[in-house]
Amino acid sequence: MEKLVKLISKCIPVRQKNVDTDQIMPARFLISVSKTGYGENLFRDWRYDESGNENPDSLFNKEEYKNREIIVAGDNFGCGSSREHAVWGLVQYGIRVVISSMFADIFKKNSLKNGLLLVQVTPDELQRIFSIIEADPDAEITVDLANQNVVMPDGSEIEFEIDPFRKQTIMEGQDDTAFIMANEDKIVEYESRFNK
Amino acid sequence: MAKNIYEKIWDKHVVFQEEGAPPVIYIDLHLLHEVTSPQAFDGLRQRGIKVRRPDRTFATVDHVISTINQSCPLKDPIAQAMVVAIEANAKEFGIKYFGLDSGKQGIVHIIGPELGLTQPGKTIVIGDSHTSTHGALGALAFGIGTSEVEQVLATQCLFQKKSPTMNINITGKLEKGVTAKDLILYIINQIGAGGGTGHVIEYTGDAIENTNMAGRMTICNMTIEAGARSGIIAPDEVTFEYLKGREYAPKGEDWLEAVAEWKELRSDPDATYDKTIEVDASTITPWVTYGNSLDMSVSVDGQIPTVEGFSDDGDKQKMESAIEYMNLKPGQKVKDIEIQNVFIGSCTNGRIEDIRDAAKVIEGKKVASHVKAKVVPGSQQIKRMAEKEGLDKIFVEAGFEWREAGCSSCLNMNPDNIPAGEYCVSTSNRNFKGRQGKGSRTLLASPITAAASAIEGRVADPRKYI
Repeated sequence: MEKLVKLISKCIPVRQKNVDTDQIMPARFLISVSKTGYGENLFRDWRYDESGNENPDSLFNKEEYKNREIIVAGDNFGCGSSREHAVWGLVQYGIRVVISSMFADIFKKNSLKNGLLLVQVTPDELQRIFSIIEADPDAEITVDLANQNVVMPDGSEIEFEIDPFRKQTIMEGQDDTAFIMANEDKIVEYESRFNK
Repeated sequence: MAKNIYEKIWDKHVVFQEEGAPPVIYIDLHLLHEVTSPQAFDGLRQRGIKVRRPDRTFATVDHVISTINQSCPLKDPIAQAMVVAIEANAKEFGIKYFGLDSGKQGIVHIIGPELGLTQPGKTIVIGDSHTSTHGALGALAFGIGTSEVEQVLATQCLFQKKSPTMNINITGKLEKGVTAKDLILYIINQIGAGGGTGHVIEYTGDAIENTNMAGRMTICNMTIEAGARSGIIAPDEVTFEYLKGREYAPKGEDWLEAVAEWKELRSDPDATYDKTIEVDASTITPWVTYGNSLDMSVSVDGQIPTVEGFSDDGDKQKMESAIEYMNLKPGQKVKDIEIQNVFIGSCTNGRIEDIRDAAKVIEGKKVASHVKAKVVPGSQQIKRMAEKEGLDKIFVEAGFEWREAGCSSCLNMNPDNIPAGEYCVSTSNRNFKGRQGKGSRTLLASPITAAASAIEGRVADPRKYI
């Protein structure tokens, strides 16, 4: 998992609410036993029509929006299916940060395990970010995980909360499972105590 | 201190908590399917480790398989590779596998309870969001992603923060022709698709106590569609009656001991919750979704709302986009939507009770000539049971297809997809764009609404058939 401490990027706005994981990664692309190759199918049905032609209106197809690492999204981003493939798709496409006023539960956990930082702001702050990046699509914003803030082009800051443990694992690219495995004696003790 | 059912189960499952890190909880039961597990097994191989507790791990195959003929290799070679992979992984790691030739295969959320693996008080995880289904038996059950599947395979534990709790208390009697499905669709409409985010929702009240296990499972299954982590219902005589004698349920003395322990799980009378909601079941009517988010739903005798009714920009955009995708007109009556497909099945409504209810509506009637309708039992055992009762004949004579067990048209991962531009009245759980097939238009409803709609060829009110 790639480390993330601080990131400066232009943004891709996705204003819609309740963007579900079927939009982020349609189910037909889950037919795979591999963990790679998902980036090209991110938001597939937004980006291409039925015959496979590019939809010129999709921001994801516009040259100036390529290589951007931040998505700013409407409320309840990532709802629906538990498929981690949605997060793999975002990360493999090159997205490192998603900013929204609320994230779906399982999506949030999947993101943390893949180094995708979810920045949760208030609905008012989200609207402010939308208005800034829509007024100037080339506005660059800074996401500073160490200081837990988003710095807007005018220098103003929006602070965000993150669990200290999660902050550490993302900043250091640390693996959860290895952490639990290192405590095996406690699992053995629990199993014997509860007769499991 | 008074505790609710979630707190009681939680307290018995915390293994340890390191300073500054979230708690690590123990997982009693881990079920696997072919979609979210192959990458997790690869992870174990990369780490050079085994499955810690293969005896607490079970696997089946449900998402990608054909429901026309289960025994044929799949046309899609990668889907076939997924079926081969789960069987090979189960064998390599010593996990019990309920495969296509086991007679016990089925949708993972159907077979867990059916085999008696799902039990009150257990912590249960599956790499599938609809794991919340198992909460209907008083288990703490929630969906996880593939990295977490790997974590549980490796350690039988999971990093998990304690969730906020919500109590939805449902009183009053559902009107005839109104089902548990209508109730949960109505609740999601009221609290919103994000209304339960991160919460564990406990359902209480006489309306729940009077609902059978199948209905309780439908309610807990769709709890995730309000964004919740889990739905849970305290175990009672209905639960014990359901579980008794099932293959993996405790037997003899163990059964009596287990029941005594399960009875203790009920929330204490003065237990508290972070949120409480009251619902009156007696006012609810058959309910149907019209849009692409679970809160976009109306009564079967209602109309498509107008965009002007929404004040929020995000809601307006969501509505405009749904109207266009679903090809509907604001103000249009739901009953005026002419449909091309009906799907009865899925982890939400693929149980024997659902099939029996739909059969009562369909008996002696015919499916409208322009409608393709199918019933897909949730498991091989349900299919056999229905056939023994002669239900398959009722459906076939009416013009339905009678299929084999699997996830089928609930999602576009197998050959049963719904064609672009066509409507499907579906008993499944999600109405997202493209969920049932690229360009498909989903209208979620109960099994009896689906059956009535198959007869009339448009969205229909089931009450006149009851």
